[in-house]
Amino acid sequence: MNAEQILFILFGAVSLIGAVAVISFRHPIYSALSLVVTFFAQAGLFLLLGAHFVAAVQVIVYAGAIMVLFLFVIMLLNLGTLSVKGAIGGKLKGFAIILGILLAIEGIYIATNVLNNTAIASAQPATAAPNTTTYDIGELLFSKYLLPFEVTSLILLAALIGVIVLVKRSSNDSI
Amino acid sequence: MENLPFSVLILSSIVKILFIAHLLIIGVMAMIWAERRVSGWMQDRLGPNRVGFQGILQPIADGIKFLFKEDLIPDHVDKPLYVLAPAMVLIPALVTIAVVPFGSSITVLGHEISLQVADINIGILYILAITSLGVYGVVLGAWASNNKYSLLGGLRSSAQMISYELTLGLAIIGVLMLTSSLHLRAIAEAQGAYPWHWNFLIHFPAFLAFTTAMFAETNRLPFDLAEAEQELVAGYHTEYSSMKFAMFFMAEYMHMIVGSAVTVTLFLGGWHFFGLENIGGPVWSGVISFGIFFVKTAIFLFVFIWVRWTLPRFRYDQLMNFGWKFLLPVTLTSIVVTGTLWIITGSRLVVGIGNAVAGFIVVSIVAGLLVMDAPKPAMQDSDNRLTPTALDAIE
Repeated sequence: MNAEQILFILFGAVSLIGAVAVISFRHPIYSALSLVVTFFAQAGLFLLLGAHFVAAVQVIVYAGAIMVLFLFVIMLLNLGTLSVKGAIGGKLKGFAIILGILLAIEGIYIATNVLNNTAIASAQPATAAPNTTTYDIGELLFSKYLLPFEVTSLILLAALIGVIVLVKRSSNDSI
Repeated sequence: MENLPFSVLILSSIVKILFIAHLLIIGVMAMIWAERRVSGWMQDRLGPNRVGFQGILQPIADGIKFLFKEDLIPDHVDKPLYVLAPAMVLIPALVTIAVVPFGSSITVLGHEISLQVADINIGILYILAITSLGVYGVVLGAWASNNKYSLLGGLRSSAQMISYELTLGLAIIGVLMLTSSLHLRAIAEAQGAYPWHWNFLIHFPAFLAFTTAMFAETNRLPFDLAEAEQELVAGYHTEYSSMKFAMFFMAEYMHMIVGSAVTVTLFLGGWHFFGLENIGGPVWSGVISFGIFFVKTAIFLFVFIWVRWTLPRFRYDQLMNFGWKFLLPVTLTSIVVTGTLWIITGSRLVVGIGNAVAGFIVVSIVAGLLVMDAPKPAMQDSDNRLTPTALDAIE
């Protein structure tokens, strides 16, 4: 077992523990923090794959921006401890069970396939090999994926304008 | 650097880490002393001058005092997060320094060792990522204290940090475009030996915006609304005492030091100074380059203290308006102008002049709009009562 595998197991374990903790904690603040831990472990996994840029973006966007807003909202609303009964009682219970079973089947299927299939296992180093420096990503974004990139930015702009229009009070209110 | 034998690599890394981490902590102590003495000087008083020569040992006395104080944990706090928060503020400040190149390189026993802990190819993004995590400690400390003044301070701080992080990130883009690298070492090397080659002249508006955003990120005056003592007691660390308070305190100074070091690397030519860094052989040139970097950082830190006693604190709406309506347009214009002029002319001089002119125009336009848009003194408040202004007008 080399250092890379040890790190993979470490990050994978932390990521899984964090993910379980997200749904296990009663208090939303602890759940949110567990999610941050998971994001961090995933950034570590990206680093192991040589995807440095993706790892940095993962931390900047998810851990740095989105989760801070989550915390912000939780604190402002001052959400208390959620009772388990209230959260998964009633109509959602059946739905949750069905989804859980589906997910479990999916997970078992993938796990057995990966473990049995030596082709996938041996193919993995090849997928990690391509250069993933910021330079390459930038070149790809502005040549091959130019249209999706521009469309995405337009969608984000539209969302931004939409939010401002919806939230902004008419100027008569303020006087 | 790449060709070092494994054992040399490990050993040199350990030495570098120990060196820079301890330098940072000693730097914090020096900063605390400097801040108190310089504050005293600016206010025409003495400041602490009893412990050691000119009071230089005062931070050690302070440290001992903090260690021997009772480590109080109030009953009403959320204990795990309350204990965790000071560490979560301190650690991001400490690990950011890892990617900052603090000198050129030094040759020991035939091995050329670069004066930087880790030259990773996402250097700048790493700094932005870690900086964005600093807000967690503040917010969690505020929330865990279970105190309304703490919470208000934490909320103010997080809103402010999120707003100014945007400017911080965008202000760097121009520098990255001209260097076409995220390596901090490459950015420092790309700036020549002479001050007129350094990035702060080429990207002058972005430099000012970056510096301002840096002040906001470190919660320093004029952006210290998170701990405005007249309004919020002590803000997010109201409930903290003893060494936990000291950790918040140290983190603030560490943020300042690291921020200054990053600014020096990005905009002020790193370790370059009129070719002085090249004289004196493979060993001494490294030492001299570190000295130059150190002095530049120290000068920038002095500016931090200087500004503290020069500018009054912003009001909260002013803070938000300044960040979103002023700094953001300036940095965005700077990106567009830099990119366009660089593609068309490829000359740093033209880019620099264009940036300065465009920055001036944008500032004028935004300032004009803000003045025109400023609300006139209201004659009636929301409940249709006459306001003091209206009463004045009647009299």
